[in-house]
Amino acid sequence: MSSNAPPAAATAPAVISVRSLRKTYASGFEALKGIDLDIRRGEIFALLGPNGAGKTTLISIICGIVRATSGTVTVDSHDIVGGWRAARSQIGLVPQELTIDTFDTVRATAGFSRGLFGKRASPAHIEKVLRDLSLWDKRDSKVMTLSGGMKRRVLIAKALAHEPRILFLDEPTAGVDVELRRDMWDLVRALRASGVTIILTTHYIAEAEEMADRIGVVNRGELVVVEDKAELMRKLGRKQLILQLPARLEHIPDALAAYRLELSADGSELTYTYDTQSERTGITSLLDALAEAGIGFRDLRTQESSLEDIFVNLVRDQP
Amino acid sequence: MNLHAVRAIYVSEMARTFRTLLQSIASPVISTSLYFVVFGGAIGSRMPEIDGVAYGAFIVPGLVMLLLLTESISNASFGIYFPKFVGTIYELLSAPVSALEIVLGFVGAAATKSIILGLIVLLTANLFVPLHIAHPLVMVLFLVLTSVTFSLFGFIIGIWADGFEKLMVVPMLIVMPLTFLGGSFYSIQVLPPFWQTVTLFNPVVYLVNGFRWSFFGIADVHVGHSLAMTFAFLGICLAIVTWIFKTGYRLKA
Repeated sequence: MSSNAPPAAATAPAVISVRSLRKTYASGFEALKGIDLDIRRGEIFALLGPNGAGKTTLISIICGIVRATSGTVTVDSHDIVGGWRAARSQIGLVPQELTIDTFDTVRATAGFSRGLFGKRASPAHIEKVLRDLSLWDKRDSKVMTLSGGMKRRVLIAKALAHEPRILFLDEPTAGVDVELRRDMWDLVRALRASGVTIILTTHYIAEAEEMADRIGVVNRGELVVVEDKAELMRKLGRKQLILQLPARLEHIPDALAAYRLELSADGSELTYTYDTQSERTGITSLLDALAEAGIGFRDLRTQESSLEDIFVNLVRDQP
Repeated sequence: MNLHAVRAIYVSEMARTFRTLLQSIASPVISTSLYFVVFGGAIGSRMPEIDGVAYGAFIVPGLVMLLLLTESISNASFGIYFPKFVGTIYELLSAPVSALEIVLGFVGAAATKSIILGLIVLLTANLFVPLHIAHPLVMVLFLVLTSVTFSLFGFIIGIWADGFEKLMVVPMLIVMPLTFLGGSFYSIQVLPPFWQTVTLFNPVVYLVNGFRWSFFGIADVHVGHSLAMTFAFLGICLAIVTWIFKTGYRLKA
């Protein structure tokens, strides 16, 4: 795995420190193979990875739901085993599944969560959380009468009921409509503005791209890379120029070999990949060369590789 | 001590009881009343007195015990099994709550409900047969001890169970027969000597007789033995619960 030590200039005190964390389940499945990770205070950190990569296991260990096989985790310098009470009281967790006691009312279940985390009842805070999540109108409704999206809001309300300093969102927008997604991101940004550290897992790359300050990619129990989002995009990002041809091309003329063009399977599109960071993109000379070779085009478009492409490359390249 | 958490669990468990008032309170009271009508009224009127106690009154402590055992077990086991089943257990596990606090909340609520039910049934019994309680403090002690012990036992079953079937098996196949064979409806002195000895291995005998002694001052076994056995069972249950939370048995991967 790549070095996770942040550059000295960017060093902020780590609010969560994970060291050599391993987890082997009773079945023998090795879910985490030695994770080292520092989460900085106040950042939005996205854990990205395919299903089964170990994201939820990592979160579950930090939150106390799963035991680590070896390694250590500290939350705000409290060891999660030795100082479990202090560590856990800082954390709010929004689980992946819609697991919630459906017989309770919205307000009761939020109040329950607050009490469970050792906080004195505070109707005012619960009201604020429910209002922020547009749940106030539903405060006395039973959870079972709510839609899936509303239930997800209730889960977030439960996680925020005890005013956590660290919020974990495990696949927060799986099966969530656009409106809720937007509300949720507004809320996450507001939380970060108030100093809350947010760690979210997702396999929707667009989500990480939109929200995260830093991104960690997990694959097969290992942290493949941890990087500032902008840096990751810059380092690994590519741009492509796609030309639609008026007539099908059998093969790429040898004169154009230097441009490493790709011809689509049906021969109707040519793709040129270039590095946006380099001085010269080579587009002008390519177009000249094409004209010389007698190849015209009907239309052209460019596309930037998304985090998704970067991610797919990272995960695919791994042995 | 996270008392806010204990309170939160206790309140939410009690709320579950009141939400299902008909099932939680009415149905055990009705079924116990049926026992009184059938055993106390119809059959009891043709039965001789036992040690100077009318049969209808004699079975009251046994019936209350039967109710305490089954209700404590089913309440506490369901209380902890349900979060495991629907997945809300994640919240308990991730909260800054110790094993002791979780047990206090769940077992406290289950025991409270059993005690309330026990008292309701005693009041109901009073409508059918004249009740006299010789040792009220001992009666309350047994009522509380039994409710707490068997709520703990139910809590253990709820953690052990990985399906609704297992949840039902222990109360139906073990507790119910032990209670019926434990002298709830008869004095074990009516049994042949061999079966009397066998019966002494049934822990419910000690509960029923201790409880009965507190009412009528008569029992098949000494009240001291009854108390000792109840405490011993409480100790065993506490040890198992401690072990469960230490190892994370069926709670944590």
